[in-house]
Amino acid sequence: MDKTVNQKAWFLVLPVFLIVAFSAVLPLMTVVNYSVQDTFGNNQFFWNGVGWFKELLDPSSDLGSRFFASLLRNLAFSAIILTIQVPLGILVALSMPREGWRVAACLVILALPLLIPWNVVGTIWQIFGRPDIGLLGYTLNHMGIDYNYVSNEFDAWATVIVMDVWHWTSLVALLCYAGLKSIPDAYYQAAQIDGASRWAVFRAIQLPKLNRVLLIGVLLRFMDSFMIYTEPFVVTGGGPGNSTTFVSIELVKIALGQFDLGKAAALSLVYNLIVLIVCWVFYTVMTNAGVDHTKPEGAV
Amino acid sequence: MARIDLVDLAQSYSGNDAAPESFALKPISMTWRQGGAYALLGPSGCGKTTLLNLISGIVTPTRGKILFDGKDITPLSTQKRNIAQVFQFPVIYDTMTVGENLAFPLKNRGVPKAQIDARVAEIGELLDLTPYLNRKATRLTPDAKQKISLGRGLVRSDVAAVLFDEPLTVIDPALKWELRSKLKALHRALDLTMIYVTHDQTEALTFADTVVVMHDGRVVQSGTPQELFDKPAHTFVGYFIGSPGMNIVPAEVSGREARIGGHVIALQRSYDKLPAGATIEIGVRPEFVHVATPAPGLLLAQVERVDDLGRVSFARVRIGGVKFAARVPQGFSVPGGDVGLVFDPSRVHVYADSRLVEGGA
Repeated sequence: MDKTVNQKAWFLVLPVFLIVAFSAVLPLMTVVNYSVQDTFGNNQFFWNGVGWFKELLDPSSDLGSRFFASLLRNLAFSAIILTIQVPLGILVALSMPREGWRVAACLVILALPLLIPWNVVGTIWQIFGRPDIGLLGYTLNHMGIDYNYVSNEFDAWATVIVMDVWHWTSLVALLCYAGLKSIPDAYYQAAQIDGASRWAVFRAIQLPKLNRVLLIGVLLRFMDSFMIYTEPFVVTGGGPGNSTTFVSIELVKIALGQFDLGKAAALSLVYNLIVLIVCWVFYTVMTNAGVDHTKPEGAV
Repeated sequence: MARIDLVDLAQSYSGNDAAPESFALKPISMTWRQGGAYALLGPSGCGKTTLLNLISGIVTPTRGKILFDGKDITPLSTQKRNIAQVFQFPVIYDTMTVGENLAFPLKNRGVPKAQIDARVAEIGELLDLTPYLNRKATRLTPDAKQKISLGRGLVRSDVAAVLFDEPLTVIDPALKWELRSKLKALHRALDLTMIYVTHDQTEALTFADTVVVMHDGRVVQSGTPQELFDKPAHTFVGYFIGSPGMNIVPAEVSGREARIGGHVIALQRSYDKLPAGATIEIGVRPEFVHVATPAPGLLLAQVERVDDLGRVSFARVRIGGVKFAARVPQGFSVPGGDVGLVFDPSRVHVYADSRLVEGGA
């Protein structure tokens, strides 16, 4: 096919180019610019090369130790919420009704937490957990459990994790429910005929068919939890001490609290890079999952 | 291994109180004998899959009972019924190997491992799957997948019956032949009762000893392929089976004569007591009428076209407004205009309200 040459067509790309440039590329370049400079205020900048990056990746420095500690906390947080939310989401999806008005009712109830803005979720749990006026905190303390998320590290972690489970398990459940709905009835009928137990049906049919949906669910949940900021910040403010200070909270402290632009810029670039790498790994795994690289067999 | 009896079995998807005419399966009673090869034949929506799902227990009947060897199993679940079923579209457990797929129904029932291995090897051999038993059951061609589904249906030796729900729909025509004859051979080798649902008469007639023809939720005739061909009990059987189907022509019948538009056709038997007010038709298969040069005493028909089927040709003609097919004798060249029709009186059947009337001597 002959292609028509028309250089004016570039104008069609121009709006997108401009929007992306001003919304993403230029701000990112500003960050790159800050990350290689130091300042003593007064808008006077000095070239610092890769100094901030060296400091960031050196665990013995102040910046490095804070970065690695928060990164470790963040990874632990992601691991914990994934091990809770994925099985729980599958379980919820499996026990959902398959037809009738109950389906709609369940879907609405499940979708509710997803519709609440992050800082409102944080505020809800912040009040809910208070020992003096919060329903949860008050009840627990009156049952003899010494619960206080402001002073106790374990309680703070438990509150943040339960809050995230409450907020996001629905997402996994809804994805799994959609995946389960797409399994043809014939599979269940065949399993009945084959005398499969409930567990065998789950292992042989449902779990393999949920494979791809679960990968998407895990990816979304990992990215979201790895970048979490608002909810724990509203509830615990990163405390007690630094115990719930995740990477994004640390970043904001450095950038806006101390106004260390160079350090914050270096941290956010590394943070961004980690996110990109994880995304890429997941994407590669997902697109290759279930694809058998052996050649298709001819007539058997 | 069982005889299966259906007693007044009926199914309505809109409940017991629905109008009798709306039932997907109108009440039927029949017996399937142990070791038989049955075909349930009928057009889409005639209730054949419903009947199959009732026997396997996937659907619970609105009315009636199902007996295995005289024992009422109607309330039992599919798992407890001892039935195998193969579905229209292949179902493969794709995290397992081909061999594990075949072993699955046995494993679920706690059969000892040695026995499972022996049986899987046997079925794998019968279905030519032996080289693939250790291969993952993904990325297979549809016919290979359906073979595995068939294998899972056949692997249990103690089943009361194996039910097939149009299992060859997804298979290429060339492989259909192969799999069909394979099934026939398996039936002989394994001594299982098999019930095969299809809307393809060739499949039904080649597979089954007994063909059960269904129409609009009813069984209209059950018999050997020969019986269905020679003596259709219902005009539906007449034109559904056979290619081309039976000619059905409205006629006035009295005694040993049928009249079509004033022309008399001799009948072999006598029909004196036809029900009053019924629609009377005569039916004759195209194989038993042939065209001839118009002559006095022959029914005249207008030729529309001639279908040459290779070994035999059929002339498509019109008698008044009714379409009709008739055999063209070897060496006869069909003229453009009118032809005469020569009937074989012993092959002409009389139908009152679509049902066969037995004539008197």
